[in-house]
Amino acid sequence: MAGVAVSTTINGDTVEYLCQPDETLLDVLRDRLGLTGAKEGCGTGDCGACSIILDDRLVCSCLVLGAEAEGRHVETIEGMAHGDSLHPLQQKFLEHAALQCGICTPGFLIAAKDLLAKNPDPTEEEIRFGLAGNLCRCTGYDKIVRAVQDAASVMKGA
Amino acid sequence: MRYIRPLSIEDAAGLLAGSTGTAAILAGGSDLLVRMKGGFIEPDLIVDIKAIEGLGEIRETAEGFSIGAAVPCAVLGESKVLKKAWPGVVEAANLIGSKQVQGRCTIVGNLCNASPAADSVPALVAAGAKAVVVGPGGKRTIAVEAVPTGPGKTSLAKGEIVEAILLDKRPPRSGDAYLRFIPRTEMDIAVVSAGVNLTLDEQGRVKSARLALGAVAPTVILVEAAAEVLIGSRLDEATLERLAKVCSGACRPIDDKRGTVEFRRKVAGVLAKRAATTAYKRAGGK
Repeated sequence: MAGVAVSTTINGDTVEYLCQPDETLLDVLRDRLGLTGAKEGCGTGDCGACSIILDDRLVCSCLVLGAEAEGRHVETIEGMAHGDSLHPLQQKFLEHAALQCGICTPGFLIAAKDLLAKNPDPTEEEIRFGLAGNLCRCTGYDKIVRAVQDAASVMKGA
Repeated sequence: MRYIRPLSIEDAAGLLAGSTGTAAILAGGSDLLVRMKGGFIEPDLIVDIKAIEGLGEIRETAEGFSIGAAVPCAVLGESKVLKKAWPGVVEAANLIGSKQVQGRCTIVGNLCNASPAADSVPALVAAGAKAVVVGPGGKRTIAVEAVPTGPGKTSLAKGEIVEAILLDKRPPRSGDAYLRFIPRTEMDIAVVSAGVNLTLDEQGRVKSARLALGAVAPTVILVEAAAEVLIGSRLDEATLERLAKVCSGACRPIDDKRGTVEFRRKVAGVLAKRAATTAYKRAGGK
């Protein structure tokens, strides 16, 4: 079966790939492009581990077809740090130990980045609601919420 | 399987009408891709309607609003004018799934997925919203409640696409509201839900009313008897009690893991009262 030829922008770079018409963007990122930061948790849009930003919208990449990325802008966790310097959210997740097994972390970081871009000074409640689409089975969420609050105050001062 | 992204609604309808095998429309994909993943559907053709001009827009018209089939629910929540005119519709649409799902899911998809528990549908039915249907036979406009016919089933013919949802301009002293019951605070499917839309007269009496219930019958139901109870009232306690009784009586629910028949009947009445009270306040009633 012939593939679909896609030309898209991922983390600022033009990327071209061939994918099957029923292949998800998550599978394209992981299996064709070697961008394995986004994780498959549930594959049905419930856990948020595959979160990416597609044209400034936070989405689950498991619920997007690879073919749909044509001509669009994709941001993944791989584009979050600049070289060796971590994004404030990444730094604060480390400082607050806001991760244990790490599977949910890329999704949380992307979702938190989207949250702070739209609401730079969120309340705890807004953070909890904003990140309700991301599941973590290790931390109990408190450390994640504190890391996001701390990152928000650092980013406001920047 | 083929994936096609047509540039016109006519081409999309033509592709669907001419397809052999299973064809599916893709807008947000938050139902379709889950069904594909679960093996419930294996489409031979996917028609992605997001590149069709105008389908990604909310337009303000002389009659009201036209919400394109590819507008994600998150965009509804960001539209100040829509939120001001139809807060109940917007709050219902914004209850669907997570932020991630909000970035993709659409009210047309919610309607055409035909779940009796669809969050935006009771609010749309209460609002008297219309669906613009385009197909090989041309264009027609129908009431949204005429689209779903049962769980997972719609009245749409092969090749037909809901292009947009139309909402009327608001007369003065109007308000709407939507409430659902779920066992947690977010990210769940309605056990029971209620949408209410009211317009008041100058004395604060209900002049017109529409009330719809979700997840208590094979489709979302418009409860006409509820409107009769509400009209002429100022939502006093006796009216609200009668409203609850009428709504409980209109339910034809099933027992399932989310709730029992008895529970759904009772909660339908409670939610109807509360949603009516909120809609009344939004309409300026005291």
